[in-house]
Amino acid sequence: MSVPQLLRHPWTAFLGRRTARLLLSLGVVLTASFAMIRLVPGDPVRAALGVDAAPGLVAARRHSLGLDAPFLSQYRHYVGGLVHGDLGTSLVTGTPVAELVRTRLPATLEIAGLAFLVTLAVALPCGLLAAVRTRDGRHPRTELVFTAVTAALAGVPDFVLAAGLTALLAVGLQLLPVAGAAGVESFVLPVLALSLAPTVVLVRIVRVETLKVLSEDYMRTARSKRLSPARRYLRHAAPNTATAALTVAGSLLPALIAGTVLVEKVFAWPGIGSAMAQSVVAQDYPVVQAMVLVLGTTVLLAGLLVDVLLAVLDPRSAIREI
Amino acid sequence: MPRPLGRRRSLMARITAAMLGSLVVLALVGPLVRGEAADLPDPSAVLQGPSVAHPFGTDNLGRDLLARVLTATRPSLLLALTAVLLGAAGGVLLGASTAVVGPRARRLLAGLINLLLAFPALLVAMFLAVVFGAGAGGAVLALAVAGVPGFARLAQTLAAGVAGTDHLAAARVLGLRRHRLLWRHVLPNIAEPLLLSTTTAAGTALVALSGLSFLGLGVQPPDYDWGQLLNQGLDRIYVEPLPALAPGLAILYAALTFQLLGEVLAAGVARRSPARRTPAPRLSPSGPAGDGLVLQVEDLHVELPTPDGVIRPVRGVSLSLRPGEIVGLVGESGSGKSLTALAIADLLPDEARVSRRTLRVLGADLAAMTPGERDHHLATGLAMIFQNPASALNPSLRVATQLTESVRAHRGASRTQALAEAANALHRVALPPALLHSRPHQLSGGQRQRVMIAAGLMVRPGLIIADEPTTALDVTVQRQITGLLSEIRQATSAAVLFISHDIALVGEFCERVLVMYAGTIVEALPADRLATGARHPYTRALVASVPDLGADRDRPLPTVEGAPPDPLAPAPGCPFEPRCPSRRSRCAEQAPPLDDLDAAHRLACWNPVPVTVEAVKP
Repeated sequence: MSVPQLLRHPWTAFLGRRTARLLLSLGVVLTASFAMIRLVPGDPVRAALGVDAAPGLVAARRHSLGLDAPFLSQYRHYVGGLVHGDLGTSLVTGTPVAELVRTRLPATLEIAGLAFLVTLAVALPCGLLAAVRTRDGRHPRTELVFTAVTAALAGVPDFVLAAGLTALLAVGLQLLPVAGAAGVESFVLPVLALSLAPTVVLVRIVRVETLKVLSEDYMRTARSKRLSPARRYLRHAAPNTATAALTVAGSLLPALIAGTVLVEKVFAWPGIGSAMAQSVVAQDYPVVQAMVLVLGTTVLLAGLLVDVLLAVLDPRSAIREI
Repeated sequence: MPRPLGRRRSLMARITAAMLGSLVVLALVGPLVRGEAADLPDPSAVLQGPSVAHPFGTDNLGRDLLARVLTATRPSLLLALTAVLLGAAGGVLLGASTAVVGPRARRLLAGLINLLLAFPALLVAMFLAVVFGAGAGGAVLALAVAGVPGFARLAQTLAAGVAGTDHLAAARVLGLRRHRLLWRHVLPNIAEPLLLSTTTAAGTALVALSGLSFLGLGVQPPDYDWGQLLNQGLDRIYVEPLPALAPGLAILYAALTFQLLGEVLAAGVARRSPARRTPAPRLSPSGPAGDGLVLQVEDLHVELPTPDGVIRPVRGVSLSLRPGEIVGLVGESGSGKSLTALAIADLLPDEARVSRRTLRVLGADLAAMTPGERDHHLATGLAMIFQNPASALNPSLRVATQLTESVRAHRGASRTQALAEAANALHRVALPPALLHSRPHQLSGGQRQRVMIAAGLMVRPGLIIADEPTTALDVTVQRQITGLLSEIRQATSAAVLFISHDIALVGEFCERVLVMYAGTIVEALPADRLATGARHPYTRALVASVPDLGADRDRPLPTVEGAPPDPLAPAPGCPFEPRCPSRRSRCAEQAPPLDDLDAAHRLACWNPVPVTVEAVKP
């Protein structure tokens, strides 16, 4: 393809617009995290070091954080540091925050990613099954129970569920580890707590979308070909619900990632979220700042990933809409 | 069954009301009942487990945890409601104002809302709570601000619907100020859905606020709410689960209440009652087989339950097709012609009831077969071509898949063999084999209908039922498709039942024409008699409404006046009687039977129109 052809290609336009939006959002995250430490009430350095810290120490720490420099040069310095992988230094431990992110980010990505996969793996088949069973107003009781149960489960907060699961399965029945990340079984409870609410929300959407598809003309065509129910539902109906299902799943992902903060705290999971929770209590603002930046960026990149995936799956709708 | 279902729905509403009531009562009287115990330190009872005196145990200062959980109801609810109301107010004003500002400002606002929505509200709330400083006020404000983009988007979407209305346009022409437009015209029109979302958002806010307190960003000691109690209880969860579980359950209870409330309110907005189902009666065997008929239908009836009552859209239809014959079934929409086709093909929806004296398709009585045999029999001899090829083809499957799946499933053809047959079928409908790799959206309307026909050819059909196959296509493509069907009929000696509302088209390329009205066949005649030999007033009216078939071109074009009868209230007489120009008193009392006029012509009419003599020799 020649260069002008490439430029006119719909994919180029899509990726161009999508990247521009990502950069704009990244700018917001960057600026917000930069501004945070300057906006907090009181003196963050004194708050972290304690009221009786020596004035010389406070001034030295302020200088090392660059807080005594002019505002714009502070911003330049902050962004420059980020480019070189410098996320600042913890006020409490004095260690580089980048090191903390490097050791903690994989653990968060693991449970968030796993929880998302579990959500898809459970919600897609269950939603399809529920739709098939309740199509054309069949089994109204099943539909009623389905609606009531999913409505109730969708209201269960992840961190409350995490506490309940800990009390029941880890402390009470001693089936699973209470906290920490050690071995496969330690993943069970955090992933379960994170994936329940998105799963029931998604399962409802998948059911409704599948019901819509089942009443389409092409499903009657499939019936006229006397295809088996398995082929009709899996090959003819399911692909047509994929776009809608994935769009909704993608919109659930940011909340799932944010939920790791609370869930990690319950399970003392060694990830970004628990680091943020600890540093919030310790008022270790450089760490909080970095964690906000990392979580915000993760959310944005996950959104980009979902959008690109959707565009690949269904080029017509995705590229047109964005 | 509708009755108990309705009762159960109202049961859900009652449970929700009871839960909401209990929360309100607790919030009001909780601090009064156990308020003193909640704040009373007891150094002799520090960190106790559950006991009679302290059902949930005590905290590190010896305070009763049950009392603290009950007392925390008020602050937990009040703070959450404050946050959601502030957020809703800000968001709605921001979002609704997009309806009254100019296009540039609207785009800017929409962009801003989009940008903010990219971040999860909880993360934004945590960030803002840090910035505003830990404490109840800061947390409420943080939550409110974090909720603004969501409400703004909702209000923006809703207001966009209002902005386009004539009402607002008129108000703008009248020169009303922007804020007056907003208050008087935009907000009242979007109030209901907003109220619904605010209910659900209240639950979310309660959970989020508890989460902030749980993190240490919300309510600070000595004040407390559920989230903070959960935080304190979690430290001891390995020893004593109840101090963590109790506030957790309280949060859960309140969250569920708001969730159910939203559900009940939404269900009240959209309620539907499903049609009653009855098991299908077993059909008796068909009557004696006609000689060499591809299709033999006698006295076919279809009943359909609707929310308003049972209708009978097909009432005693009889028709038959010989091999290689092409027969048109004509009628207005709602005359029952498509349902007749679906009944023959065994494709009616489950709730439809079919009864007939005889139904033989390709020589076999469908009622005498097991479902498996029936599927195999129909799948290997009957081809269906549906009205709108754009929706009748599956958008996400390639043409190859849609052509080959039926022979692979029913004839056990291998993949390569089926693909070769599919390429051949495409060739017969004058399409290149390269189209096998396309998806339907890449084809034109005519190409799609050709693909549908090719899919029918794959079956090697003895009978093709084409249900309005050309209605969705433009006129030149229509001719191509009917020409194609004629060719196929000649090449394969398959019989074609061609269903259409277009009597001109049917008269042009069918051999026989069946005219259907209100669920019955009113006239059956050879196509060449249509112009002058039709005897039924309805057939005459149909023919006269076609410009190039009508005999007299000097008079203005007549149309068929009136409307078909109400399917819910069928009259005893001839269904066409109210619209009939030549009706007699007998017509309203008794429906005429379909009797033979001669070997090729059947008619159901008490007062037939005479044959047009002068038009026979023009």
